[in-house]
Amino acid sequence: MTDLRDTDLAPAELEQRLEQLWGTPKTLWGWLTTVDHKEIGRRYVVTALIFLVLGGLSALLMRLQLGSPDNKLVGPDVYNQLFTMHGSTMMFLFAVPVMETIAVFLVPLMLGTRAVAFPRLNAFSYWVYLFGGVMLWVSFFLNSGPDVGWFAYVPLSGPQYGIGKRPDIWAQMITYTELSGLAVAVTMIVTVFKMRAPGMTLDRIPLFVWATLVTDFMIVFAMPAVMVASTSLILDRLVGTHFYNWAEGGDVLLWQHLFWFFGHPEVYFIFIPATGIVSAIIPAFTRRKIFGYPAMVLALFGIGFLAFGLWVHHMFVTGLPRLGESFFTASSMAVAIPSGIQIFCWIATLWDGKLKFRTPLLFVFGFIFNFVLGGLTGVMVASVPIDTQVHDTYFVVAHFHYVLIGGAVFPLLGGIYYWFPKFYGRLLDERLGHWNFWLSMIGFNLAFFPMHILGLMGMPRRVFTYPAEMGWGPLNLLSTIGAFLFAASFLLLTINIVRSLRQGAPAGANPWGAGTLEWATASPPPSYNFAYIPIVTDRQPLWATPEPPVATGLSVERRETVITTLVEAEPQMVESVMPNSIWPLVSALVISLVLLASIFTAWAIVWGAVPSAIALILWFWPKGAKEEEA
Amino acid sequence: MAMRAGALLLALVLAGCAGWQSALDPHSSTASHLAGLFWFFTIVCSLVWFAVVLALVIVLRRPHPTDDVPEQDSPGRHRRKTIIVTSLVLLTAVILIAFGLTSFYTTRDITWANSRTLTLKITAQQWWWQVEYQNEDASQILTTANEIHIPVSRPVTLDLRAADVIHSFWVPNLMGKQDMIPGRNTLLTLEANKPGLYRGQCAEFCGLGHAKMAFLVFAEPQEKFEAWRRHQLEAAKMPGAPLRRRGLDIFEHRQCSSCHTVNGSLAGGQTGPDLTHFGARATIAAGLLHNTPENLSRWLADPQEVKPGANMPEVPMSPEDRAALVAYLEGLT
Repeated sequence: MTDLRDTDLAPAELEQRLEQLWGTPKTLWGWLTTVDHKEIGRRYVVTALIFLVLGGLSALLMRLQLGSPDNKLVGPDVYNQLFTMHGSTMMFLFAVPVMETIAVFLVPLMLGTRAVAFPRLNAFSYWVYLFGGVMLWVSFFLNSGPDVGWFAYVPLSGPQYGIGKRPDIWAQMITYTELSGLAVAVTMIVTVFKMRAPGMTLDRIPLFVWATLVTDFMIVFAMPAVMVASTSLILDRLVGTHFYNWAEGGDVLLWQHLFWFFGHPEVYFIFIPATGIVSAIIPAFTRRKIFGYPAMVLALFGIGFLAFGLWVHHMFVTGLPRLGESFFTASSMAVAIPSGIQIFCWIATLWDGKLKFRTPLLFVFGFIFNFVLGGLTGVMVASVPIDTQVHDTYFVVAHFHYVLIGGAVFPLLGGIYYWFPKFYGRLLDERLGHWNFWLSMIGFNLAFFPMHILGLMGMPRRVFTYPAEMGWGPLNLLSTIGAFLFAASFLLLTINIVRSLRQGAPAGANPWGAGTLEWATASPPPSYNFAYIPIVTDRQPLWATPEPPVATGLSVERRETVITTLVEAEPQMVESVMPNSIWPLVSALVISLVLLASIFTAWAIVWGAVPSAIALILWFWPKGAKEEEA
Repeated sequence: MAMRAGALLLALVLAGCAGWQSALDPHSSTASHLAGLFWFFTIVCSLVWFAVVLALVIVLRRPHPTDDVPEQDSPGRHRRKTIIVTSLVLLTAVILIAFGLTSFYTTRDITWANSRTLTLKITAQQWWWQVEYQNEDASQILTTANEIHIPVSRPVTLDLRAADVIHSFWVPNLMGKQDMIPGRNTLLTLEANKPGLYRGQCAEFCGLGHAKMAFLVFAEPQEKFEAWRRHQLEAAKMPGAPLRRRGLDIFEHRQCSSCHTVNGSLAGGQTGPDLTHFGARATIAAGLLHNTPENLSRWLADPQEVKPGANMPEVPMSPEDRAALVAYLEGLT
């Protein structure tokens, strides 16, 4: 007996059958059990944007407090929680997840496949991330928000000086987010390696997908360092180990090495996908392929590699040997070379482009303007002598906001305008988009440029107030005004999104005339992504052939997609894709509860292992799914 | 003396001297080297940034065909672009090498051989600075807090330590910062080349009092410094006035003496700042308040209001007792 296959059916009937097979029922049960990468990707991005709002509100409160000298709006206890929540939220709950998971939605579409490699692991990762973020913010509202900085340096966060459960909550939030981050990274690496459409050889992979791949490899190598760090911190605090207790043979600087061995690459988890977004937007609005594709790919690998050799530049003033520090000066400056290659190639692409001044392209221009400035101050702080003056001052605050907001949030905003139609089927409003862009440019620069000067005038970071006689008042006020303008630009974005969801112009499959495969399917894409798996013949397949050739022969009785070879993307086998399941959610719930309880007692790990094991066994209970060779 | 130091502070502020904690107003050869390097980097980086922005402006002003047909560079144009991009990357590398070398040589120029002429052991703790002037002769060792006096044009060795969490020592006008890490000590050399008053502040987040952990550096001519040092070595004189005697009695018999030392009295506590010559200091509570009787009274009445998180307890006492205590402390010149 043979299965019913796609070749046996007329297109309309095929689409109906595939929808039945892949679709998520519009019920609560369907919502809880779905493993559709688009559904999970949307949830991830929306959740991360909600955390962006929370992180942004905490920043606004800080700016209000600093707007005038000797201000008494909040005291140091609240302020320390605010900057810790701001940093932790922006890094762990917004920037890294949003960049990692916008790819969860987009990459399978760009690759011309129907799912991610491990759909259930992907669903599991979302729930763990959500529970970790909720735990952090609930703690904050219960006045137990961490107050030791997003870097949680020992001994301040250690058993002797970190009060209550605050540092433990921070450390456990790390466990949740890293667990989910690693799960997504593994899923996406395998997806990119094995699930590309036939014909998508290495040199036809979109730059956005390359960026995702490099980022996810970096995550796999960097995140374990911080999990070791945060777990040993919890152990020091909960069961009295002495990893960081210098009086008992532990080491205070060990924390900083472990944290920054992760923390510096983390900056690139955020920046590298952003460069992928830029490389996706520019071709669509210049009508040409990115200049220097091989150089761009190698630049991504170069950044990813160098990123692991820079961590000591966060520790230039800890008294490490000067000669060793010189090495890290060299490697920190060297990262400007691959970044420079990217900037030059983008400008070379724009140079002869048929520019279409839509909102996404504006944000690309804003990105280059702001990011280059932040990159150059990065070269400055890479110099040990200069760093001894500006380290831990507002100069550094200015620098990394230029890199992270200028270098990542601007491309992300461009990406939101670019892909919103693909996510929700409607275009965002262009007029509001232009306002959004200009307001964010002005607000951002007004908020952060003065901080360079403040740092040089001697203003340290993480101070909840400063005396009037320091003369820092006027620039701080300017910065506060800028911060509110910048926040207003996000309000405009929100209005634009809410309005466009209801009354935006219908997008159609390919509103920008772009060339990559995500635009080959409807907007929003159907649950099965593509009725037939496309065959790729070019780096911009839709520009080469608006109706790409397709592969046929997949079953319509179970979820199937095509597995291809690593380098040449030749069809290798047909893979059954896991259907929806409640077990990822159940497992995530159980594991989250165990992690939560282990903040209070180490025994939670012992007893919690039992329900965790049961949930995982039920999740992986063999069902005898059928697979076959192609 | 307190009034004089206070007046000096006030004069500085009124003179609009906002540069007393500024990296760009160097008053030592180290800080001058750092500022010079900073300006070199800033000028080169600004040129690079303007060049990129200029390129963007040119891109924007070039005529753009309005059709949507995807297009590719001709082989010739592609080759020319490749040459330009490659040259720019090489230029970037050259600039970075220049930056790396100047940075390296600056580090070399500002690294001192430890002369050990005068060594100050500075111990940071939540949230103040203990300063101990080392001497081979134990009777010449003196301890003070939050205010550092150094002779001008003479290298001073700093032995930096932390007692609890990580702090960072930073006097921008004189030198870059150096973290103070529990369990480690770092030696640095400090030299001011002009007399003056400089402010420093803890630069590593250290908890609730981080924002209010400042200190002052008084760079003085050698004779003035020597006079100060000799005076600091003297024990406090027994107070004569009845009010101050009452203050001494309170200081010795209430909680004060369990944390603070005043040489020449019964008070020998070790956890708080040494107050033997408190009245001669310009500020209270680690550079936080000018040292005036009103401010001192305010600080004693409610330390948490002045410096949230401070480890100094509020010692309940009548206003009269507090006035006596203030009179005693302000008289410790």
